[in-house]
Amino acid sequence: MVERDSPLGPLRRPGRHGHSRGAPGVRLAEVTPAAICEAAAWPGAEAALAEAIGATTGLGLDATPGAGARSAEAAAFGIGPGRFLVTGRHDGLVAALAAAVPADTGTVTDLSHGRTVMRIAGPRAEWVLGKLFAIDFAAHAFAVGAGRATAHHDIAAQIQRSAGDAFDVCVFRSFARAFWAGLCAAAEEVGYEVL
Amino acid sequence: MLIPCPYCGPRDLAEYTYQGDATRARPDPATAGQAAWNAYVYERANPAGPHREHWQHAGGCRAHLVVTRDTVSHAVLAVAPARAGEPS
Repeated sequence: MVERDSPLGPLRRPGRHGHSRGAPGVRLAEVTPAAICEAAAWPGAEAALAEAIGATTGLGLDATPGAGARSAEAAAFGIGPGRFLVTGRHDGLVAALAAAVPADTGTVTDLSHGRTVMRIAGPRAEWVLGKLFAIDFAAHAFAVGAGRATAHHDIAAQIQRSAGDAFDVCVFRSFARAFWAGLCAAAEEVGYEVL
Repeated sequence: MLIPCPYCGPRDLAEYTYQGDATRARPDPATAGQAAWNAYVYERANPAGPHREHWQHAGGCRAHLVVTRDTVSHAVLAVAPARAGEPS
């Protein structure tokens, strides 16, 4: 596999930044997985696609809006009608999923080199993301594993709640550095640590 | 203004792109004359009240929607996927 450079470049500065009193409000990290793809179903084949993703990744997935699931190896969530973002730790996932989705069910598009995933974790993660996106990040409205497709101005973002206090935000790789800069600025008031 | 997307739920207007009048009916190419095509391409009603419009949730699930909106109050009266048979 071709080694990927981080698109964040010199803007990724590990260590403690911003408000310095007490524990950091959030921890920021780039967590781009080896495999990223979008699976899309033809109309009427949504459930069959969700089943194929489940069979390939071992995730329990259904076709309800925004549904998602995670494991140590893979993650998947709905980003639109009949469309799922599927990620995995091993780069064989895309080929395995493409083989598991017949042509009359849908399509699988490899985005591994086109997306960057950032993790925002910590007690103030909901607060910091709430400043960037006009959606509800509260636990009762956004369950662990569930996904949302939204946008920060013109930067489209696909967000999955990866744990009770952690979110994975997937953006176009070419926007990753700009988004990271905005994320760091938004996190300054609560103090942040770059891992 | 919030538009309740059938897939994503209520989202801010800034996530949507307006795509025009949804009340137009495309003339039958076999029988329509010049006047019918001129009306289809150029003539628009400008109603004060409920109006059917195409919107795309470009900053979200990217679905195309038919939104019934009151042009006086901006109240959104109904939202449905533009493509028949698309799950909501």
